Amino acid sequence: MKIKTKIKEFVSQSREWTESFSDMSEKRDLPRERVRKEEHMVERILEEKAGHMGLLKWRRLYLVLAAISALTLITVLLVTVANLPGFGEHHEHMDTVAQYYIDKALEETGAMNIVAGMILDYRAFDTLGESFVLFTALNCVLILLRRDFQEEYRLSDYYDLTRDPILRRVGMVVIPCVVSFGVYVMLNGHLSPGGGFSGGAIFGAGLIFLSLAFGDDFAARLVSEKLFKGVAAVALGFYCLAKGYSFFTGANHLESGISLGTPGSIFSSGLILPLNVAVGFVVTLTMYGIYRMFRKGSFK
Amino acid sequence: MRNLINNYEEVFAIVLFGIGFVTLLFHQNLIKKIIGLNIMDTGLYLFLASMGYIYGGDAPIYAENAGFYINPVPAGLVLTGIVVSVSVTAIMLSLSIRLYKRYGTLNLDEIYLVARNKINER
Repeated sequence: MKIKTKIKEFVSQSREWTESFSDMSEKRDLPRERVRKEEHMVERILEEKAGHMGLLKWRRLYLVLAAISALTLITVLLVTVANLPGFGEHHEHMDTVAQYYIDKALEETGAMNIVAGMILDYRAFDTLGESFVLFTALNCVLILLRRDFQEEYRLSDYYDLTRDPILRRVGMVVIPCVVSFGVYVMLNGHLSPGGGFSGGAIFGAGLIFLSLAFGDDFAARLVSEKLFKGVAAVALGFYCLAKGYSFFTGANHLESGISLGTPGSIFSSGLILPLNVAVGFVVTLTMYGIYRMFRKGSFK
Repeated sequence: MRNLINNYEEVFAIVLFGIGFVTLLFHQNLIKKIIGLNIMDTGLYLFLASMGYIYGGDAPIYAENAGFYINPVPAGLVLTGIVVSVSVTAIMLSLSIRLYKRYGTLNLDEIYLVARNKINER
């Protein structure tokens, strides 16, 4: 009720004001159309104010509901945590799947890294979906932010670091290290911590550093749009061919036919190494492509 | 109550999740909403990682003199979560850039008012 009376007061006051305003303008012999325009503007501002007040009314209800739902959710979660098994305890009947992975991963997948064996062999189809999530996100960002034809504002015009001598000098030393470490992590995913996702993220960070320190044009010459499309398509296509069959065979595991090799050497564990590289390239291109879209809106 | 103190890592994860959820609900700025969602994600990763830990266990990579390993399943789940969170954050940020270009503000209320006025004008 209070809000309604407030709005009414506000409206009547400002009507008086507009009338006095139009009187004044008539005295000054302003053209009538301009007066009408200004009246129209005042009315619009009034409508906006009324909208704000209506919104405020709903906002109070929203705040109460939001507070109730947040409190309920947190209470339910805390009660659940209070009934969970203790932190750091081992329960054999709860960890049967994990125990199976730990016992059989080396012998069945040939990977020293149990997590890599799990996500790229037992659950490889899930990881295929994951890399498609990344690729779809990249496509969405491309659709939303791409501007090849219209010249609008560009971040690269405002925020240019290429003339910074410190960044260039440091980049000359650091970028090769970052990129080679990314490739190392990608290739050793089945032997040590890491894998396609982390290696790809490091590689992508190196590419982003390159295009920050040496200019977008230099990076665009290295990673052209054609190369970008080609590598992404080949990597995803290879992954699909290698693991997408499980969609048609009812999620049955088929033998790849490649020998698992001696565990611990780089050429071992069958398909996991090439799959890691494929995932790594997809992640690299996604990181770099998203950065490119946010900064410039094009690959050129 | 004793279990809550014992499970302090999970409790802290829930607290992080709550901070993120409240940020998501109570802020009108789109960027702050995105930050809240990311804090929620972080709480979830902490929860999963602490659920998989076993006292004295080694990282799940085969070694010669390792006793036993921690649970490898939550590590894979956290990996999936991080990837999805990165993708969703990228999409949300680019959507807010488009919204800002069209409406000139990141405040949800103002966007709503401007959009309603535009509909009324038609």
